[in-house]
Amino acid sequence: MKKTMYEKIWDSHLVCEAPGQAPLVYVDRHLMHEVTSPQAFEGLRNANRKIRNPHSILATMDHCVPTKDRELPIADPIARKQIETMADNCRENNLNLYDIKNPNNGVIHIVVPEHGFVHPGMVTVCGDSHTATHGAFGALAFGIGTSEVEHVMATQTLPQVKSKTMLVQVNGKLPKYSSAKDIVLAVIGKIGTAGGTGYVIEFAGEAVMELTMEGRMTLCNMAIEGGARAGLVMPDEKTYEYLNGREFAPSGSQWDTALAYWKTLPSDDGAEFDTVVTLTADDIAPQVTWGTSPEQVAPVSGSVPSPDDFNDEGKRQACISALDYMDLAPQTKITDIPVNLVFLGSCTNGRIEDFRIAAEITKNHKVADGVTAIAVPGSYKVKKQAEQEGLDQILIDAGWEWRDPGCSMCLAMNGDELTPGQRSASTSNRNFEGRQGKGGRTHLVSPAMAAAAAAAGHFVDIRNL
Amino acid sequence: MEPYNNHTSIAALMNRSNVDTDQIIPKQFLKKVERSGFGAHLFHDWRFNDDGSDNPDFELNKPAFKSARILVTGDNFGCGSSREHAPWAIADYGFNTIISSSYADIFYNNCFKNGILPIRATKEQLQLIANEINSHEGCSLTINLEAQTVSTPLGNNFAFEIDPFRKENLLHGLDDIGLTLEQIDKIDEYEQKHRRLYPWLWT
Repeated sequence: MKKTMYEKIWDSHLVCEAPGQAPLVYVDRHLMHEVTSPQAFEGLRNANRKIRNPHSILATMDHCVPTKDRELPIADPIARKQIETMADNCRENNLNLYDIKNPNNGVIHIVVPEHGFVHPGMVTVCGDSHTATHGAFGALAFGIGTSEVEHVMATQTLPQVKSKTMLVQVNGKLPKYSSAKDIVLAVIGKIGTAGGTGYVIEFAGEAVMELTMEGRMTLCNMAIEGGARAGLVMPDEKTYEYLNGREFAPSGSQWDTALAYWKTLPSDDGAEFDTVVTLTADDIAPQVTWGTSPEQVAPVSGSVPSPDDFNDEGKRQACISALDYMDLAPQTKITDIPVNLVFLGSCTNGRIEDFRIAAEITKNHKVADGVTAIAVPGSYKVKKQAEQEGLDQILIDAGWEWRDPGCSMCLAMNGDELTPGQRSASTSNRNFEGRQGKGGRTHLVSPAMAAAAAAAGHFVDIRNL
Repeated sequence: MEPYNNHTSIAALMNRSNVDTDQIIPKQFLKKVERSGFGAHLFHDWRFNDDGSDNPDFELNKPAFKSARILVTGDNFGCGSSREHAPWAIADYGFNTIISSSYADIFYNNCFKNGILPIRATKEQLQLIANEINSHEGCSLTINLEAQTVSTPLGNNFAFEIDPFRKENLLHGLDDIGLTLEQIDKIDEYEQKHRRLYPWLWT
C-alpha cells in the first residue's frame, strides 16, 4: 500500500493498541522549557515515578528570560522562581539543560535544530505548540499539554488519535522578497486557522523544496496557526547536509544507516491524502495580517477588508471585532498603516537568514522617528554568527536594539511588551488580542517586511524598494 | 482525577469564535509552578477593567451565569498555545463542560486530562442552545455522558460523539499514565526493537 510520510512515521512508532484505549505512540525526542514543565515534574514526584529516558530530553530556558541585563538577577520574583525550578528539576533528573548563561541557550525551536537533536522520521514532542517547527526535517513533531509532558517523561509514549493527512502543494517559484513566512501566512489565509484541525499537513512542491532548512522551519512552525497537529517537509539533500556534523547527528557508519532509513521516509508516489490544497508561489506577495487571528491577512498591495466582504456570519463578526481592537477602518491601504514598534525574532523568524535579510533591507536606512526596533536573535549561536557577519552593527547603526536571545515579544512574558494602543510589525506567529501586551496591536510579517517598516514607520511594499 | 458525573447545571453563553488560549489565560499568569489558582485569572483581559473591577459587559460577569458549570461558545475554541493553564483555569473557575462546534487539537486533548468534557455540537445544535440561553439567561442543561446526550429546558435533546476510551477515562476519573504503564511490557518490547532499528538514536 502506498503511504504518506505521516503514515510511515505513525506505523513505525505504534507501540500497541490495547482494547478500549487509544493507540500508544513511541516518542523519540522530548523538548522542554520552563513554562510548561514544572507541574509535570511535580506530578511525577508526587506519583513516585521516574523519567524513563533522560537522554531523550533537551531543555532550555526561553519564555520568561530577560533579553537585556542578563548578568543581573531576574527582577520578577515569580519568573525567577520558574527559572530556578527548571534548573533544579533538570539537575535532579540529570537532564541536558541549556540554561540562561549557557552559550548554547536560546529559544527551544532554534537551539534543537542547531544541535541536530531532531532527525527525519522521529516522533518529537514539547509542551509548546510551535514544536511543529521540527517537521522541517521530516520528523513528526507536535505540541502537547503539561499532563502529556508528564506522561512522556514516565512512559516515553503518548496515547494518540491518528490524524488525517493534508497535502499543501506550493507550485512554482517564490518571487524575490517573498519568503517562507509569506507562504505560510498565505496558506493560513486560504484554509483558515481551523482549516487544519485534525490534520497533519505535508508541505510539498517546488517552492517548498527550494526553501532553505531555515525557511522550511518557518513554514512548519506556523502549521499550528492553521490548526494542524503538525507540519512536515520531506527530507532531502539539504536536510542531510544541514544535519551532518552536528552534535547529536549520527556519525561514522551510523550516519550511513540513518541516511538509508531517512531516504525511505518521503511519501510514496501516488500516496493518497485526505485533502489537497494547491497554491501558486508566483502569486504570493509579501503578507501582512490586519486582524487578531493569523487568517486575517492580506497582501501588502491590498487593503483592510470590510465586514461585508465576508459571507460567513462568524467571519463577519470576527472582522468587526478585529477592526475595533486593531483600530483600523475598512479599505485602509496596508501601506498606510503606521507602526510604533518592530520586533525581529521568535521561533518563527529568529534564525540567521532572518537577520541577514533584515540587515540587507536596513543598510543605510535609519529607524524612522517614533519607532522602536528590537532585534532578538533566536539563540546565542545565531547572535554570535550575526555579529561575525557584522549584521548587528548594521542594525545598531540604523537605531535598532540588539538583544540577548529568548522568546521576548512573541508572547511578552519576560517584560518585553507593547503598551496599550502600540502597534507592532512583528516577525512572530500570533496576532491575538493582547498577545504582545494588553491593548497592543500586532501585525505579523516577514523579517524583510519588518525591517522595511522600521525604516519607513509604516508598511511598505518591499518589491518597490 | 474526579470521575465525571451526569449533571444539570447553568450554562453560560459566550458567543465568540476563535477564542484563543492567550485570552483564556493571559501570559502574565503562566509563571507559576503550581497547577492551582488559575481560575481567578480566567479570561482576565476581558473579564476585568484596568482598575481590577469586573467588566460588566463581559458575558461571564452576568449575574445569571455566576454559578455556571457549562460554557457554551463558538467555533475553534482553545486555539493557539498548548498551555494546559487554559483548562486548569477553566476547571478551577468551576466549568466542567464546554459545548462548541469545534476545538483546537491540543486544547481538546488537555481538557480530558483535567476532568473537562468538551462536547462537539453541530452549528445548528449550538444555535438552538444559544437561542434558549438568550431567551432565558440562567437556564440549565442536562449532560449525560454515559448516554452521550445534552438536554435543554425546552425539551430539545441531542446526542454527541466522543471517543470511547476518552469517555471511559472521564467517567471513571482514570489516570492516563497508570493505564499506559499497564502496557509496560509492550513498551519494553518496542524499545528493544527500536534500539536495533535506530541505533543512532541511542548513542
